[in-house]
Amino acid sequence: MSKITKEQVEHVADLARLSFTETEIEDFTNQMSKVIDYAEVLNELDTENVEPTTHVMDVRNVLREDNVKPSLQREEALKNAPKQKDGQFEVPSVLD
Amino acid sequence: MSFYDETLSSLHTKIKNKEVTITELTEQSFKRIKETDDKIHAFLTLDEERALAKARELDEQEADNLFFGIPAGIKDNIVTKGLRTTCGSQLLDNFEPVHDATVMNRLNEKNVVTVGKLNMDEFAMGSSNENSGYVTARNPWNTDHVPGGSSGGSAAAVAAGQVPFTLGSDTGGSIRQPASFCGVVGLKPTYGRVSRFGLVAFASSLDQIGPITRTVEDNAYVLQQIAGHDQLDSTSANMEVADYTSALNQDISGLRIAVPKEYLGEGVDEGVKARIQEALAKLEELGASWEEVSLPNSKYAVAAYYLLASSEASANLARFDGVRYGVRKEGEDLLDLYKKSRSEGFGDEVKRRIMLGTFALSSGYYDAYYKKAQKVRTLIREDFEHVLNSFDVILGPTVPTTAFKVGENSNDPLTMYLKDILTIPVNLAGNPAISVPCGFSDGLPVGLQLIAKPFEERTLYKVAHAYERATEHTKVKPEL
Repeated sequence: MSKITKEQVEHVADLARLSFTETEIEDFTNQMSKVIDYAEVLNELDTENVEPTTHVMDVRNVLREDNVKPSLQREEALKNAPKQKDGQFEVPSVLD
Repeated sequence: MSFYDETLSSLHTKIKNKEVTITELTEQSFKRIKETDDKIHAFLTLDEERALAKARELDEQEADNLFFGIPAGIKDNIVTKGLRTTCGSQLLDNFEPVHDATVMNRLNEKNVVTVGKLNMDEFAMGSSNENSGYVTARNPWNTDHVPGGSSGGSAAAVAAGQVPFTLGSDTGGSIRQPASFCGVVGLKPTYGRVSRFGLVAFASSLDQIGPITRTVEDNAYVLQQIAGHDQLDSTSANMEVADYTSALNQDISGLRIAVPKEYLGEGVDEGVKARIQEALAKLEELGASWEEVSLPNSKYAVAAYYLLASSEASANLARFDGVRYGVRKEGEDLLDLYKKSRSEGFGDEVKRRIMLGTFALSSGYYDAYYKKAQKVRTLIREDFEHVLNSFDVILGPTVPTTAFKVGENSNDPLTMYLKDILTIPVNLAGNPAISVPCGFSDGLPVGLQLIAKPFEERTLYKVAHAYERATEHTKVKPEL
């Protein structure tokens, strides 16, 4: 049985681009531990020779002709952007 | 006029014969919504002005098809051009899509009148509507109880007689479970039968859009209109759409029904069991036979589902970063902006699932959790394949209980998850399934679930319609 630690939860939160208060981290640690403990039930099954299902339909590469078709205009694509500048999405500087 | 006493075809006849105008029909829908929605909270956004303008326009034209001028409500995770689409999330409070989902195009080309967008658990994560970022929708049969979820608004709106039909989406039972709780008909099509283009993705290998209606006949009509291949969804099935309406009014003698012992076992309420057994007796009377079978891996479905669905969700919801759409919270740098926007925008259950999914996909745990769950998914699929090799349909309850009270389960995520034990396996396997009303237990509706082979929606409609004709369950309406 794997007990989830507070440090693990903090690491996962960082990967998921989420931030939490101390209390929230504790709550998540408890709740995730419970769910992960429950998931251990899967280990009752021997799946050594079972192929994983990634997808229920037998779809392979779906191809189409590379034709130019109408697409969103820039103005429309930016319509829902909380911040934009010079026809682009605006974000804080990522380079010093 | 009330939508309770009408079907799509009776409404169409009235429109054609000029007994009712489309403007009147649309006004009737808004009137009913205004009368009932302060109790039900089925709708998040109404589009009254545009709907009435369209109705007036349509009144000048010939009603050339069954859907012409029919009011409909759409789950708020299906994008509608120029009409706010929140997914039940505060994060998308101001999101106005710039295109329509494929299902919307299919309805719009027949001149359906969209009246508004329906309440749901945030990003379709939930079974009660209590995870809506706005307000908890209520069950029209008893407003102290939940309508189910995540398509709770979609089911409640139909049950409350606000619109003749709605669209929902089903990832682990999100159409069938609220349909069961609200006493209406809900179908989850075979994975790939309906285009997911424009459905805001939760778990892409499980999500399907489907119809919620008052009758089986109407359900077949709606599926007929929205089903089919779509180049914009590479996972949509490139095969011909069956004629669903020809499955109506058929004889079911000789039908072979499988009843999994796991579906009527421990945890299933006595009242629910009794209704299912009565339904079985009714189907026997109509000429069907049944046998008890086993789906031995059912008990692993919930664990596999929560790992897989959360993993897919954690990837799909990465797009909500405060940059391209949605609510943005400024931060010290880009990373801080992402974290603040997401942490303030998402509700608790969504964060819980993103965390679980990120964990299951993270280095060192991938094989133990994600891959293991994918392998178990294979075993669950094989269970269904095996049983459906010898039977036409699998029958059981849709949910082990009737609608629970608001607040009753909200503090314990795991208990809530386990209530989806009868719907989740079907999404993992990809098969189609329908929930039809089969009576009441303690004054709340019970749903009968039928599951068929992939792309055999016809079989579901055939059996469900035969059952509906032989009973009166879809004729009962709640007092509101």
